[in-house]
Amino acid sequence: MADAAHPPEPRGEAKLPALTALLEQKFSGQVLAHHAQHGDETVVIARARMLDVFRFLRDDPACRMEFMIDLTAVDYLPRRPRFELVVHLKSLSLGHRLRVKVPVAEEQAEVDSITPLWVAAEWYERECWEMYGIAFKGHPDLRHLLLYDGFRGHPLRKDYEKGLAQPLVPLRPVRERWNYGERFMPVNPEQEDQAS
Amino acid sequence: MKLPFAESFITSKLDDVINWSRKFSLFQYPFVTACCGMEFMAVYGAHYDGARFGSEIPRFSPRQSDVLFVVGTVNHKLAPVLKRVYEQMAEPKWVVAFGACASSGGFYQNYTAVPGIDRIIPVDVYIAGCPPRPEAVLEGIIQLQKKIQERGPRGFDGINPTAEHPVPRLSRE
Ligand code: SF4
Repeated sequence: MADAAHPPEPRGEAKLPALTALLEQKFSGQVLAHHAQHGDETVVIARARMLDVFRFLRDDPACRMEFMIDLTAVDYLPRRPRFELVVHLKSLSLGHRLRVKVPVAEEQAEVDSITPLWVAAEWYERECWEMYGIAFKGHPDLRHLLLYDGFRGHPLRKDYEKGLAQPLVPLRPVRERWNYGERFMPVNPEQEDQAS
Repeated sequence: MKLPFAESFITSKLDDVINWSRKFSLFQYPFVTACCGMEFMAVYGAHYDGARFGSEIPRFSPRQSDVLFVVGTVNHKLAPVLKRVYEQMAEPKWVVAFGACASSGGFYQNYTAVPGIDRIIPVDVYIAGCPPRPEAVLEGIIQLQKKIQERGPRGFDGINPTAEHPVPRLSRE
């Protein structure tokens, strides 16, 4: 509600929010888009120099993002570039936060790992890698976290067939059970052998 | 005085006695994976008191347990573990699928959940509910007791033959 105590959000060519302005000034050309809502800022940055931007966000005295809250990805299937990496950062000392997005093309689904900057990102990146198939360059230990060796495909991609399971144990036939239209795919035996 | 049918009933009576003792000493192996576990704890807590049905002792070694309670969602990554636990249990053994997830996969129809643990191991009693109320669980235990009393160990009644689950292997070959 907009009233005297809560003036409406400034619109149009209003002054940029602090963090966005800082990044615009420091990395002009790297900030592809930005917006802010209710005081939460979002910037979209280019993949090429993303590590520099993240390092600046962590180390600069005006940013001081000590805390990596979340790292995930979104698959916008027909759109190009298809994926978007989403990282949420927070500064515990300065009390602000920022959402950073990085567009990732399907043909070149590889981004720089931010694990060297925030150790907390390690398992997030492993999950993101197996679920979306986005590789993280420089990650110390990129292997399955939630899935298992031999799993083919990336289940959170929009073109992964819905409900396609890859059982590790052969499933028994069940008499007198209504079949829910299940689809199963045997796990690649070669890869499984390597795992055991 | 000669009892009527004295000779012809001895064997069947002995079976009845053995089955009677079996059904009141159900040591359970709680294979608890998800939210249904809360309701499982409620059943075996003092309030609902599963001990009234002779099944109060949980055994965390499959070798010592009689009934496998699969409580909660089982996913494909976990399925080999479930199968191995089942194979390690000594005969006679029974399996209870506790809740919608264990019985049918529940509302998970995706790349990760097993659509019912009966796709991995044979199941004797299915308890419906998400999660089932303790009363439903006690009803399930009573049904299992009835089944044990009437049919004896599984495999002897021609249903769910255990041949597909042979004696457990000691190592992974
Ligand atoms: S049946 Fe419902 S309560 Fe039980 S494990 Fe599944 S989702 Fe949880």
